[in-house]
Amino acid sequence: MKDVREALMVGRNSEGKLVRRPISPFMIPSDYKLQMSSGSSILHRITGVALGAGTLLFTAWLVCAAAGDGAFSVIQAILGSWFGLLILFGFTLALFYHFCNGIRHLAWDAGKGFELPAMHRNGKLVFASAIILTLAFWVIAFLVG
Amino acid sequence: MAEFTLPANSKVGKGTTYKAAPGATRVKEFEVYRWNPDDGKNPVMDTYEVDLDKCGPMVLDAIIKIKNEIDASLTFRRSCREGICGSCAMNIDGTNTLACLKPIDDVKGAIKITPLPHMPVVKDLVPDLNQQYAQLRSIEPWLQADSAPPPDGERLQSKEERAEIDGMWECILCFCCSTSCPSYWWNGDRYLGPAVLLQAYRWIADSRDEATGKRLDALEDPFKLYRCHTIMNCTQTCPKGLNPAKAIGKIKQLMLERQG
Repeated sequence: MKDVREALMVGRNSEGKLVRRPISPFMIPSDYKLQMSSGSSILHRITGVALGAGTLLFTAWLVCAAAGDGAFSVIQAILGSWFGLLILFGFTLALFYHFCNGIRHLAWDAGKGFELPAMHRNGKLVFASAIILTLAFWVIAFLVG
Repeated sequence: MAEFTLPANSKVGKGTTYKAAPGATRVKEFEVYRWNPDDGKNPVMDTYEVDLDKCGPMVLDAIIKIKNEIDASLTFRRSCREGICGSCAMNIDGTNTLACLKPIDDVKGAIKITPLPHMPVVKDLVPDLNQQYAQLRSIEPWLQADSAPPPDGERLQSKEERAEIDGMWECILCFCCSTSCPSYWWNGDRYLGPAVLLQAYRWIADSRDEATGKRLDALEDPFKLYRCHTIMNCTQTCPKGLNPAKAIGKIKQLMLERQG
């Protein structure tokens, strides 16, 4: 640790000599159980980062569209390939998960949903909603497009 | 700073196995974190086989039995053995709890026991709680009022006012919650952590206390309060069934409300 807690990392042994103390094991999931609550929180962060990267991709698509037919056909081909579609699918899944869990965070900010049964129920609801919304989005996309 | 691995001197090795006496029928393995400041070695996990037919029902019963009968050097804190002193807080089977309230039968297979997570280890299962006590002092956990109490008695509360601090006065300061919080692992130098924030709200919510404004001022800080990201590990792990996450949520709401 490189902060004030460093002071507590030094102790004394039975002879009064200074010794460096170990830090107790802490990582999820190896030392601390991964639970639905911490899992949904970690996913919120990961999807947030993924949305940042996805927005860059969206910007690239806009830039290509503005640059002309050649660039536009290249980016369309990339995004239209199975790999591109997989990335877009992940992007929408991240979007819907982050959106739904964001609503859960808004409820927490309003002081609601802190009791454990409600917290577990809402967490599962967020997981289910994100999957259903993503599937619905792609079904509609393929039907329309 | 977020760190994801243990430093070299904290990596946990394999230790000794202490076999149960021959003829024992219900044998349970306890894998216990050991570190001795005197031998200059890294921590190890020692395995103790305990005959459950000759042991009380709780994890604390088992580690007391280990200390009495198998290995007297095993070091841990314990006092009341009934969940009111908070001494025997440790990580059992991957979550923090009080050893005296954790039934052995709750865990299938070997029971892994380590000190409260991400803490400086004094010896074996004993962590150094000085940081947590200093943080508790910083929120001034006592009644503060400018007005004088009535000359003929105590400061009175209605039943409703008294009910406001239910779920908070019961906290025994075992720090299971604070040490379960990833945000506290990584920002515990400045983030106060769920246990201390629960105590902060206990005094904010007390109708007899007149220092609410000052208490909120002291928490208005990017780290002390707002490193809580509602991960909810604290509430899930509290051996007393309290809800620190909800108390922190209420402090955040009060911060917003007073901004108008």
